[in-house]
Amino acid sequence: MSVNGKRWLLVAFIAFVLGCFATIVVTQLKKGDPSELPSALIGKPFPEFSLPNVQGDKTLTKADILGKPALVNVWGTWCISCRVEHPVLNKLAERGVVIYGINYKDVNADALKWLAEFHNPYALDIRDDEGSLGLNLGVYGAPETFFIDAKGIIRDKFVGVIDEQVWREKLAAKYQALVDEAQP
Amino acid sequence: MKRFVAAIVLGLSLTGVAHAAIDTYEFAKEGDRERFRELTKELRCPKCQNQDIADSNAPIAADLRKEIFRMLGEGKDNQQIIDFMVDRYGDFVRYKPALNGKTALLWFGPAGLLLGGFVVIAVIVRRRRGQRAETPSSLSAEERQRLDQLLDKPQE
Repeated sequence: MSVNGKRWLLVAFIAFVLGCFATIVVTQLKKGDPSELPSALIGKPFPEFSLPNVQGDKTLTKADILGKPALVNVWGTWCISCRVEHPVLNKLAERGVVIYGINYKDVNADALKWLAEFHNPYALDIRDDEGSLGLNLGVYGAPETFFIDAKGIIRDKFVGVIDEQVWREKLAAKYQALVDEAQP
Repeated sequence: MKRFVAAIVLGLSLTGVAHAAIDTYEFAKEGDRERFRELTKELRCPKCQNQDIADSNAPIAADLRKEIFRMLGEGKDNQQIIDFMVDRYGDFVRYKPALNGKTALLWFGPAGLLLGGFVVIAVIVRRRRGQRAETPSSLSAEERQRLDQLLDKPQE
Protein backbone atom coordinates (compact mmCIF):
# COMPACT_ATOMS: atom_id res chain seq x y z
CA MET A 1 0.00 0.00 0.00
CA SER A 2 1.28 3.46 -0.74
CA VAL A 3 2.15 5.94 1.99
CA ASN A 4 -0.88 7.97 1.06
CA GLY A 5 -3.15 4.96 1.29
CA LYS A 6 -1.91 4.21 4.77
CA ARG A 7 -2.43 7.76 5.85
CA TRP A 8 -6.01 7.65 4.66
CA LEU A 9 -6.52 4.37 6.45
CA LEU A 10 -5.25 5.95 9.64
CA VAL A 11 -7.43 9.04 9.25
CA ALA A 12 -10.45 6.87 8.51
CA PHE A 13 -9.75 4.75 11.57
CA ILE A 14 -9.40 7.75 13.88
CA ALA A 15 -12.55 9.29 12.40
CA PHE A 16 -14.37 6.02 13.03
CA VAL A 17 -13.30 5.89 16.69
CA LEU A 18 -14.20 9.55 17.24
CA GLY A 19 -17.52 8.94 15.53
CA CYS A 20 -18.27 6.05 17.88
CA PHE A 21 -17.53 8.20 20.90
CA ALA A 22 -19.60 11.09 19.59
CA THR A 23 -22.55 8.74 18.99
CA ILE A 24 -22.35 7.39 22.52
CA VAL A 25 -22.07 10.85 24.06
CA VAL A 26 -24.95 12.27 21.99
CA THR A 27 -27.29 9.36 22.75
CA GLN A 28 -26.46 9.63 26.44
CA LEU A 29 -27.11 13.38 26.42
CA LYS A 30 -30.41 12.93 24.62
CA LYS A 31 -31.54 10.53 27.29
CA GLY A 32 -31.45 13.39 29.78
CA ASP A 33 -30.75 12.74 33.43
CA PRO A 34 -27.97 10.14 33.54
CA SER A 35 -28.91 9.04 37.07
CA GLU A 36 -32.23 7.79 35.72
CA LEU A 37 -32.21 4.02 35.57
CA PRO A 38 -34.03 2.08 32.93
CA SER A 39 -36.60 -0.13 34.62
CA ALA A 40 -35.78 -3.82 34.62
CA LEU A 41 -39.51 -4.49 34.76
CA ILE A 42 -40.65 -3.15 31.40
CA GLY A 43 -42.49 -5.92 29.57
CA LYS A 44 -43.01 -7.87 32.76
CA PRO A 45 -46.26 -8.33 34.65
CA PHE A 46 -47.04 -6.00 37.52
CA PRO A 47 -46.05 -7.78 40.76
CA GLU A 48 -48.70 -9.49 42.86
CA PHE A 49 -49.67 -7.69 46.03
CA SER A 50 -52.26 -7.70 48.76
CA LEU A 51 -52.30 -4.41 50.65
CA PRO A 52 -54.86 -2.24 52.41
CA ASN A 53 -56.03 0.98 50.83
CA VAL A 54 -55.10 4.34 52.32
CA GLN A 55 -58.68 4.89 53.49
CA GLY A 56 -58.44 1.63 55.43
CA ASP A 57 -61.72 0.05 54.34
CA LYS A 58 -60.55 -2.42 51.69
CA THR A 59 -57.79 -4.81 50.78
CA LEU A 60 -56.47 -4.28 47.27
CA THR A 61 -54.85 -6.89 45.07
CA LYS A 62 -53.46 -6.93 41.56
CA ALA A 63 -56.89 -7.96 40.22
CA ASP A 64 -58.21 -4.52 41.21
CA ILE A 65 -55.89 -2.67 38.85
CA LEU A 66 -56.46 -4.86 35.79
CA GLY A 67 -58.85 -4.20 32.94
CA LYS A 68 -57.86 -0.69 31.91
CA PRO A 69 -54.57 0.83 30.85
CA ALA A 70 -53.47 3.06 33.69
CA LEU A 71 -50.72 4.99 35.35
CA VAL A 72 -49.47 3.70 38.68
CA ASN A 73 -47.99 6.61 40.57
CA VAL A 74 -45.66 6.10 43.54
CA TRP A 75 -45.85 8.99 45.99
CA GLY A 76 -45.45 10.00 49.61
CA THR A 77 -46.12 13.07 51.69
CA TRP A 78 -42.40 13.13 52.52
CA CYS A 79 -41.63 13.60 48.84
CA ILE A 80 -41.33 17.27 48.06
CA SER A 81 -41.52 16.98 44.30
CA CYS A 82 -44.72 14.92 44.64
CA ARG A 83 -46.36 18.15 45.78
CA VAL A 84 -45.38 19.74 42.48
CA GLU A 85 -46.69 16.78 40.54
CA HIS A 86 -49.99 16.45 42.37
CA PRO A 87 -51.97 19.23 40.63
CA VAL A 88 -50.92 17.81 37.26
CA LEU A 89 -52.22 14.38 38.26
CA ASN A 90 -55.47 16.03 39.33
CA LYS A 91 -55.82 17.55 35.89
CA LEU A 92 -55.03 14.29 34.15
CA ALA A 93 -57.58 12.43 36.27
CA GLU A 94 -60.14 15.08 35.34
CA ARG A 95 -59.41 14.42 31.67
CA GLY A 96 -60.17 10.75 32.24
CA VAL A 97 -56.68 9.29 32.66
CA VAL A 98 -56.87 6.30 35.03
CA ILE A 99 -54.30 6.72 37.80
CA TYR A 100 -53.68 4.35 40.68
CA GLY A 101 -51.68 5.63 43.61
CA ILE A 102 -49.14 3.77 45.71
CA ASN A 103 -48.65 5.66 48.94
CA TYR A 104 -45.07 4.58 49.54
CA LYS A 105 -43.55 4.35 53.05
CA ASP A 106 -45.74 7.05 54.47
CA VAL A 107 -47.59 7.94 57.65
CA ASN A 108 -51.21 7.05 57.00
CA ALA A 109 -52.67 10.10 58.74
CA ASP A 110 -50.42 12.41 56.68
CA ALA A 111 -51.48 10.69 53.48
CA LEU A 112 -55.18 11.03 54.31
CA LYS A 113 -54.70 14.70 55.13
CA TRP A 114 -52.82 15.27 51.87
CA LEU A 115 -55.54 13.61 49.78
CA ALA A 116 -58.27 15.58 51.55
CA GLU A 117 -56.39 18.84 51.15
CA PHE A 118 -55.05 18.58 47.61
CA HIS A 119 -57.80 16.42 46.06
CA ASN A 120 -57.48 12.73 45.26
CA PRO A 121 -56.67 11.96 41.62
CA TYR A 122 -56.27 8.24 42.25
CA ALA A 123 -58.89 5.67 41.29
CA LEU A 124 -57.46 3.45 44.01
CA ASP A 125 -55.07 4.23 46.83
CA ILE A 126 -52.68 1.40 47.62
CA ARG A 127 -51.05 1.74 51.01
CA ASP A 128 -47.48 0.41 50.98
CA ASP A 129 -46.20 1.25 54.44
CA GLU A 130 -43.37 -1.24 54.42
CA GLY A 131 -42.32 -0.53 50.86
CA SER A 132 -42.78 -4.19 49.92
CA LEU A 133 -44.64 -3.46 46.68
CA GLY A 134 -42.20 -0.64 46.00
CA LEU A 135 -39.32 -3.09 46.36
CA ASN A 136 -40.91 -5.52 43.92
CA LEU A 137 -41.39 -2.64 41.50
CA GLY A 138 -37.74 -1.59 41.79
CA VAL A 139 -38.77 1.82 43.13
CA TYR A 140 -35.79 3.87 44.32
CA GLY A 141 -37.44 7.19 44.99
CA ALA A 142 -40.56 9.15 44.36
CA PRO A 143 -42.33 10.19 42.32
CA GLU A 144 -42.14 7.28 39.92
CA THR A 145 -44.89 6.43 37.49
CA PHE A 146 -45.49 3.09 35.81
CA PHE A 147 -47.58 2.64 32.69
CA ILE A 148 -49.53 -0.61 32.70
CA ASP A 149 -51.72 -2.02 29.98
CA ALA A 150 -55.15 -3.59 30.45
CA LYS A 151 -53.57 -6.96 31.19
CA GLY A 152 -51.35 -5.53 33.90
CA ILE A 153 -48.08 -5.69 31.97
CA ILE A 154 -45.68 -2.86 32.82
CA ARG A 155 -45.08 -1.09 29.53
CA ASP A 156 -43.16 1.97 30.57
CA LYS A 157 -41.82 3.85 33.54
CA PHE A 158 -41.20 7.50 34.18
CA VAL A 159 -38.93 8.65 37.01
CA GLY A 160 -39.46 12.17 38.29
CA VAL A 161 -42.14 14.82 38.24
CA ILE A 162 -44.77 14.63 35.52
CA ASP A 163 -45.49 18.23 34.58
CA GLU A 164 -47.70 19.53 31.79
CA GLN A 165 -44.85 19.69 29.33
CA VAL A 166 -43.51 16.20 30.03
CA TRP A 167 -47.02 14.81 29.71
CA ARG A 168 -47.70 16.62 26.44
CA GLU A 169 -44.36 15.88 24.80
CA LYS A 170 -43.47 12.47 26.12
CA LEU A 171 -46.13 10.61 28.00
CA ALA A 172 -49.54 11.43 26.51
CA ALA A 173 -48.73 9.48 23.34
CA LYS A 174 -47.58 6.48 25.34
CA TYR A 175 -50.77 6.43 27.37
CA GLN A 176 -52.92 6.95 24.27
CA ALA A 177 -51.19 4.02 22.56
CA LEU A 178 -52.14 1.77 25.47
CA VAL A 179 -55.73 3.03 25.36
CA ASP A 180 -55.95 2.46 21.60
CA GLU A 181 -54.52 -1.00 22.00
CA ALA A 182 -57.18 -1.88 24.57
CA GLN A 183 -60.02 -0.84 22.23
CA PRO A 184 -59.63 -2.60 18.91
CA MET B 1 -1.46 25.00 64.32
CA LYS B 2 -4.99 25.54 65.59
CA ARG B 3 -6.21 25.43 62.01
CA PHE B 4 -4.30 22.26 61.34
CA VAL B 5 -5.84 20.52 64.35
CA ALA B 6 -9.29 21.75 63.34
CA ALA B 7 -8.77 20.37 59.85
CA ILE B 8 -7.78 16.97 61.21
CA VAL B 9 -10.74 16.86 63.60
CA LEU B 10 -13.08 17.84 60.78
CA GLY B 11 -11.54 15.25 58.48
CA LEU B 12 -11.91 12.51 61.07
CA SER B 13 -15.51 13.44 61.71
CA LEU B 14 -16.18 13.20 57.97
CA THR B 15 -14.75 9.69 57.74
CA GLY B 16 -17.12 8.80 60.55
CA VAL B 17 -20.04 10.00 58.46
CA ALA B 18 -18.89 8.02 55.44
CA HIS B 19 -19.13 4.74 57.32
CA ALA B 20 -22.17 5.43 59.39
CA ALA B 21 -24.53 2.88 57.85
CA ILE B 22 -24.64 0.41 60.70
CA ASP B 23 -27.50 -1.93 61.35
CA THR B 24 -27.74 -4.57 64.02
CA TYR B 25 -28.51 -7.90 62.47
CA GLU B 26 -28.27 -11.19 64.32
CA PHE B 27 -27.22 -13.92 61.94
CA ALA B 28 -28.29 -17.48 62.47
CA LYS B 29 -25.11 -18.84 60.94
CA GLU B 30 -21.66 -17.33 61.24
CA GLY B 31 -21.03 -17.72 57.49
CA ASP B 32 -24.07 -15.55 56.78
CA ARG B 33 -22.40 -12.50 58.29
CA GLU B 34 -19.56 -12.81 55.79
CA ARG B 35 -21.98 -13.37 52.90
CA PHE B 36 -24.05 -10.38 54.02
CA ARG B 37 -20.92 -8.25 53.91
CA GLU B 38 -19.94 -9.54 50.48
CA LEU B 39 -23.40 -9.02 49.01
CA THR B 40 -23.91 -5.53 50.39
CA LYS B 41 -20.48 -4.60 49.03
CA GLU B 42 -21.24 -5.97 45.59
CA LEU B 43 -24.63 -4.34 45.18
CA ARG B 44 -24.96 -0.71 44.28
CA CYS B 45 -27.45 1.64 45.86
CA PRO B 46 -29.97 2.64 43.15
CA LYS B 47 -30.55 6.08 44.69
CA CYS B 48 -27.08 7.25 45.66
CA GLN B 49 -25.39 5.76 42.70
CA ASN B 50 -21.76 5.84 43.69
CA GLN B 51 -22.15 3.93 46.92
CA ASP B 52 -22.65 0.27 47.57
CA ILE B 53 -25.61 -0.59 49.75
CA ALA B 54 -23.33 -1.46 52.67
CA ASP B 55 -22.07 2.11 52.75
CA SER B 56 -25.19 4.07 51.99
CA ASN B 57 -27.50 5.73 54.46
CA ALA B 58 -30.31 6.12 51.94
CA PRO B 59 -33.58 4.54 53.10
CA ILE B 60 -33.66 2.40 49.97
CA ALA B 61 -30.23 0.97 50.81
CA ALA B 62 -31.46 0.11 54.32
CA ASP B 63 -34.48 -1.63 52.75
CA LEU B 64 -32.26 -3.64 50.46
CA ARG B 65 -29.99 -4.63 53.35
CA LYS B 66 -33.06 -5.78 55.25
CA GLU B 67 -34.19 -7.76 52.23
CA ILE B 68 -30.77 -9.41 51.84
CA PHE B 69 -30.82 -10.31 55.52
CA ARG B 70 -34.28 -11.85 55.12
CA MET B 71 -33.21 -13.88 52.09
CA LEU B 72 -30.07 -15.12 53.86
CA GLY B 73 -32.32 -16.30 56.67
CA GLU B 74 -34.42 -18.17 54.13
CA GLY B 75 -31.32 -19.99 52.96
CA LYS B 76 -31.13 -18.42 49.50
CA ASP B 77 -27.73 -18.62 47.82
CA ASN B 78 -25.79 -15.58 46.62
CA GLN B 79 -26.83 -16.01 43.00
CA GLN B 80 -30.52 -16.10 43.92
CA ILE B 81 -30.16 -12.93 45.97
CA ILE B 82 -28.31 -11.10 43.21
CA ASP B 83 -30.89 -12.27 40.64
CA PHE B 84 -33.66 -10.95 42.89
CA MET B 85 -32.05 -7.51 42.86
CA VAL B 86 -31.25 -7.51 39.14
CA ASP B 87 -34.87 -8.51 38.36
CA ARG B 88 -36.06 -5.38 40.09
CA TYR B 89 -33.34 -2.80 39.57
CA GLY B 90 -31.57 -4.03 36.45
CA ASP B 91 -27.92 -4.84 35.75
CA PHE B 92 -27.10 -1.45 37.16
CA VAL B 93 -27.23 -2.65 40.78
CA ARG B 94 -24.26 -4.94 40.27
CA TYR B 95 -20.80 -3.53 40.55
CA LYS B 96 -19.73 -6.59 38.58
CA PRO B 97 -22.33 -6.69 35.84
CA ALA B 98 -23.13 -10.00 34.18
CA LEU B 99 -21.76 -10.49 30.69
CA ASN B 100 -24.57 -10.14 28.18
CA GLY B 101 -25.44 -8.23 25.02
CA LYS B 102 -26.19 -5.03 26.90
CA THR B 103 -22.99 -5.04 28.93
CA ALA B 104 -20.60 -6.36 26.26
CA LEU B 105 -19.39 -2.82 25.45
CA LEU B 106 -18.62 -2.32 29.12
CA TRP B 107 -16.59 -5.49 29.35
CA PHE B 108 -14.77 -5.38 26.03
CA GLY B 109 -14.76 -1.63 25.35
CA PRO B 110 -11.53 -0.88 27.25
CA ALA B 111 -9.67 -3.81 25.68
CA GLY B 112 -11.03 -2.71 22.29
CA LEU B 113 -9.76 0.82 22.83
CA LEU B 114 -6.36 -0.48 23.91
CA LEU B 115 -6.19 -2.66 20.82
CA GLY B 116 -7.23 0.31 18.69
CA GLY B 117 -4.41 2.32 20.25
CA PHE B 118 -1.88 -0.38 19.37
CA VAL B 119 -3.14 -0.47 15.80
CA VAL B 120 -2.74 3.30 15.52
CA ILE B 121 0.80 3.13 16.93
CA ALA B 122 1.69 0.26 14.61
CA VAL B 123 0.41 2.14 11.59
CA ILE B 124 2.29 5.31 12.55
CA VAL B 125 5.53 3.42 13.20
CA ARG B 126 5.30 1.52 9.94
CA ARG B 127 4.51 4.64 8.00
CA ARG B 128 7.50 6.49 9.45
CA ARG B 129 9.81 3.58 8.79
CA GLY B 130 8.51 3.28 5.26
CA GLN B 131 9.10 6.99 4.68
CA ARG B 132 12.64 6.86 5.96
CA ALA B 133 13.45 3.87 3.81
CA GLU B 134 11.79 5.24 0.72
CA THR B 135 13.01 8.82 0.82
CA PRO B 136 16.56 8.38 -0.53
CA SER B 137 15.59 6.06 -3.32
CA SER B 138 12.27 7.54 -4.24
CA LEU B 139 13.73 10.11 -6.57
CA SER B 140 14.93 9.03 -9.92
CA ALA B 141 18.10 10.50 -11.40
CA GLU B 142 16.02 12.93 -13.44
CA GLU B 143 14.01 14.05 -10.49
CA ARG B 144 17.12 14.58 -8.45
CA GLN B 145 18.56 16.70 -11.16
CA ARG B 146 15.43 18.75 -11.31
CA LEU B 147 15.45 19.09 -7.52
CA ASP B 148 19.00 20.34 -7.57
CA GLN B 149 18.01 22.79 -10.23
CA LEU B 150 15.10 24.03 -8.18
CA LEU B 151 17.22 24.35 -5.08
CA ASP B 152 19.89 26.25 -6.93
CA LYS B 153 17.41 28.62 -8.49
CA PRO B 154 14.45 28.96 -6.22
CA GLN B 155 13.14 31.97 -8.15
CA GLU B 156 12.79 32.00 -11.87
